[in-house]
Amino acid sequence: MIEIHLLLLFMIAAAVIAVEAKDLLSSVIAVGAVGIGLSLSFLVLKAPDLAIMQLVVEILSLIILIRGTIRRDLPFSASGRWYFNTITTVCFVIVFIGLALLTFRSLPDLGNATMRVSKAYIAEGMLRTGAKNIVAAITLNYRAYDTLGEATMIFAAVIGVLVIARKTGKKEK
Amino acid sequence: MTAYILCLVLFSIGLYCALRKRNVVKIIIGIGIMEYAANFLFVLIGYRSGGRSPIYANDQVIKSMVDPLPQAVVAVAIVLNLSVTLLLVAIAIKLYEKYGTFDITKINDLKG
Repeated sequence: MIEIHLLLLFMIAAAVIAVEAKDLLSSVIAVGAVGIGLSLSFLVLKAPDLAIMQLVVEILSLIILIRGTIRRDLPFSASGRWYFNTITTVCFVIVFIGLALLTFRSLPDLGNATMRVSKAYIAEGMLRTGAKNIVAAITLNYRAYDTLGEATMIFAAVIGVLVIARKTGKKEK
Repeated sequence: MTAYILCLVLFSIGLYCALRKRNVVKIIIGIGIMEYAANFLFVLIGYRSGGRSPIYANDQVIKSMVDPLPQAVVAVAIVLNLSVTLLLVAIAIKLYEKYGTFDITKINDLKG
């Protein structure tokens, strides 16, 4: 599985560039590179639906982020409690990494997924739903409530954007 | 195991960015990187070595498939990440119109 490690190293490098770039536009483009790397690694991990979806979503979010950042920039400033903030953040991240490494012991090794639930989906999915794509059978049949909740969340987000972005407020009497 | 740890490193970069940076756009980028790492870890746990993608074909006998359940969960999560990013960018644009800056230490006027 050398491809996965190479793609992960590429994504980490692009993420570091995105975090540390001075220019906002170049950091947005670097985060686009992280998303394209994620799409490629979905292909390597045998998830073609997710690769297509991630590619489309990545392009859309790149357009949205560029709309938000174009011709607006901010110079770097180190005023205020710079050292204190950095040290507390790094301490928090180190504690987080330690706790996450403890939980990683209970995960299965890479390449040996314990498929307790999805054994039944793979065995019966074709017969019961008639869908050749098992992922589509799960999202649209076995776990259709997840998709319903997803649609609800998208409508909530769109209503939120409309409320935030409207120009005219309620008129004062 | 090394792939899990690299995924955790990617998540930590996003966490550092979201906690430490002052620019609102950098905070949005940090949250986006965390979302990518979480999705990646889900699909990575469901991988089986030698497995095929979970799609049946008429003319082939498929013996081993990767786990389709994390893929179904991540398919929902990817679309939700897009709507969350859209909402955050809308808030950032409105903040820039009101205050003229992206620096969160300058945005301290809580009066309506």
